[in-house]
Amino acid sequence: MENDALLNSLQTSFPDAACAIGSDWPEIDIDGSDLLTLIQKLRYDEQWTFDYLFCETCVDWKTHFTMVYHLSSTKHRHSVVLKAKLDHDKPQIESLVGFYKTADMLEREVYDLMGIEFLNHPDLRRLLLTEDWVGYPLRKDYEDPINMIRL
Amino acid sequence: MHQEIKTTPSGDMVINVGPQHPSTHGVLHLLITLNGETIVNLDPNIGYIHRSIEKMCESLSYRQFIYTTSRMDYLSSHMNNHACALTVEKGLQIEVPERAEVIRVIISELTRLASHQLWWGSMAMDLGALSPFFYAFREREMITDIMEETCGARLTMNYVVPGGVMMDLHPDFQKKVKAFIVQFKSKIGEYHDLVTGNIIFQNRTKGIGMLSKEDAISYGVTGPAARGSGLSCDIRKLYPYATYQKLQFNEILETAGDSFARYMVRMREMEESVSIIEQLIDNIPEGEFQAKTKAVLKLPKGEFYTRIETARGELGVYLVSEGGTTPYRIKFRSPGFSNLSALNHMIKGHKMGDLVAVMGTLDLVIPDIDR
Amino acid sequence: MLSIANILNSFDVWLNKLLNPTLVMLVEMALIAIFAIALFAVLGLVLVYLERKVSALIQIRKGPNRVGPFGIFQTTADTVKLIMKESFMPDSADKFLYKTAPFVVMITAMLLLAPLPFAEGVQIWNINIGVFFITAVSSLSVIGILMAGWASNNKYSLLGAMRSGAQIVSYELSAGMAILSIIVLTGSLNLQEIVLSQKDGWWIFKGHIPAIIAFVIYIIAVTAETNRAPFDLAEAESELTGGFHTEYAGMRFALFFLAEYINIFIVCAIGATLFLGGWMPFHIGNWQAFNHVMDFIPSSIWFFGKTFGLILLIMWFRWTFPRLRIDQLLNLEWKYLLPISMFNLLVMTLIAIKGWHF
Repeated sequence: MENDALLNSLQTSFPDAACAIGSDWPEIDIDGSDLLTLIQKLRYDEQWTFDYLFCETCVDWKTHFTMVYHLSSTKHRHSVVLKAKLDHDKPQIESLVGFYKTADMLEREVYDLMGIEFLNHPDLRRLLLTEDWVGYPLRKDYEDPINMIRL
Repeated sequence: MHQEIKTTPSGDMVINVGPQHPSTHGVLHLLITLNGETIVNLDPNIGYIHRSIEKMCESLSYRQFIYTTSRMDYLSSHMNNHACALTVEKGLQIEVPERAEVIRVIISELTRLASHQLWWGSMAMDLGALSPFFYAFREREMITDIMEETCGARLTMNYVVPGGVMMDLHPDFQKKVKAFIVQFKSKIGEYHDLVTGNIIFQNRTKGIGMLSKEDAISYGVTGPAARGSGLSCDIRKLYPYATYQKLQFNEILETAGDSFARYMVRMREMEESVSIIEQLIDNIPEGEFQAKTKAVLKLPKGEFYTRIETARGELGVYLVSEGGTTPYRIKFRSPGFSNLSALNHMIKGHKMGDLVAVMGTLDLVIPDIDR
Repeated sequence: MLSIANILNSFDVWLNKLLNPTLVMLVEMALIAIFAIALFAVLGLVLVYLERKVSALIQIRKGPNRVGPFGIFQTTADTVKLIMKESFMPDSADKFLYKTAPFVVMITAMLLLAPLPFAEGVQIWNINIGVFFITAVSSLSVIGILMAGWASNNKYSLLGAMRSGAQIVSYELSAGMAILSIIVLTGSLNLQEIVLSQKDGWWIFKGHIPAIIAFVIYIIAVTAETNRAPFDLAEAESELTGGFHTEYAGMRFALFFLAEYINIFIVCAIGATLFLGGWMPFHIGNWQAFNHVMDFIPSSIWFFGKTFGLILLIMWFRWTFPRLRIDQLLNLEWKYLLPISMFNLLVMTLIAIKGWHF
């Protein structure tokens, strides 16, 4: 589906969600609690079949976090971006491991570097850093006087 | 004095493969649970070469951050740079001159060839055939020589700048690339004779590390590893960038989904890359090799995503800009990271010796996984 | 005629004039011990150098070329380095077994030198059950490897040793069967007699196709028995880092390393003796003139020429083939080689009984 058609179909199906065309693909701003129901539809509905999660990451906006999911369909070859706003003090969101197996490692990485807690993740451990690392390096307020480069 | 060998409650032996191990080709650490010789579970423990490139990029300018990515997947360093440059160009809406685009594509394909040749040699070496490595390096050396002459570096090229390439091609470039193509075409048959047709090699790789198409999608496996499972995922074909839409080439697909299929995909991809270079090498357009850009680049506020096909699969660059001179947040979706996540699924139930046959065909580059 | 046998005989006679027989025996035993150790060292150096040059030739490289002309002293330099190196031992190793293992492997390899006929009339120990002695003693080396793997207290070593145990014990069967098929023809276990029985042609030519099959099986089986690629699963560098000798360093490692090469020499020497006539020159039936021309080449040259020919063949394997997997390795032995060699032995027996061989 082309971006415009995709946007239309998304808008009609999810009237509550804020849909817009981003720089490349349609973007949907969602509430963290709606994630699973939305993904359920996007993943298994025949008209979308977003079966391929090609990027899952998080952006620290200082006041809040935004989880960004890039979904694509290997069947229809269209893509969509989901954005979920998270609370800065206690960032929590449902895990997507049940839908995409790649989410396992991607979420562990986000947990490791951003400190987002993924609910119902089967194996939420530090991935890149050691278990006893203090802090989450990709957060904007993270300071490491030894290792950090400042320009 | 005599220490107990550690086992799991069910009596399986837990063995550390890596961080220093000859077949992980880098500092990958795999915690393997073994029942006799059979692998019960595999837990990748990564991060030994994590340099937090994403965090580093947040304090580097749009011109500088491109070059840190050479150190991610060092075997396709040019393609990493290319992806970053494309992202910056997308943000600034720079028109890249035709000549620069063609040069970028030729260098990309040469890099892919060099990467696949190294993979071929090291995979054969992992499986115990030590000689193919030297045959692969004979041809790879010609490519690195071309690279050296073009931009001064042999591996981490740093040849791309936003808006084009750093300097024009060397006058000998076309001649040398053609000489390489002649040499490569005369030797590819030798590669197949030596390894592909070998009965031991085929027995070691056929039916090993099965990955179905559905699993490949679910695990986000891309590149030759996924194309061996019949998943069409070549970004050059699906979402063409640079001049790829004007070129004639095939996306190599194998349907078996085993190690041998992944091996064949890469072998045939080399021939496709040569054909791409052949199409371009005589048709490098004249003109500028670099677009005029401002000294200090400032991307507009927004988010930009670029997908590119490296030698290992799909590299995604997700760049968030706040309108300043440095990226606000960068995320590299590295192909190796997702490919590694499928390793446990692929290796379960196989023998210890199959680990190298499966890992070899995933073509993991550890700095690419750790970033 | 000046031959090694004559020199040795006159030396023996001279010694007997000087000393009483008991002392002569003791002196000769001491000399043989020195000879065995010297041969062990020299063969090790030569074979390692040869291996490196062969691999270089196959891999379009130059190989060692810095120490001495054509790098011939490279292996000597390496040995000196290994002797100087600290013999590191893991703290949790079983100290006694750990220290003993390399010697077990080495002594086994040295014992095997005893019944080999190096040239016409030159043999350390002319024992009438030579072939039996060799098959019996060579199976002891697996004990050394298992000891090394177990004592290191390292999982990789243990895996390597277990693989090696399974492999050597299995492949000994086919190697034994292949050897037996020649014994059936000669009717003797004495190596000197086996060589003499090939005066009118080597067994590989006289024994029809079964002899050729036995030879091929023998080469495959001994390649596996000496843990050489493509059957080097015991050390499988890319899987088990170093296999059973992962935890060994310095001279202890060098002993394993040397023993491997000596073992190759011995199995190739036995192969040459049984199938290719040992020191016996290339003779064809009753062609007297041709046979006499061949006799002018000294027998020791024939022996070492054939042995090194087989060694080169085994080295060629190593640098060409990928490694097998452990289950494929055992499948090859138990499902293919063993039945074939058993059947082959039957055919050979039939040939021997009916006298169909030349």
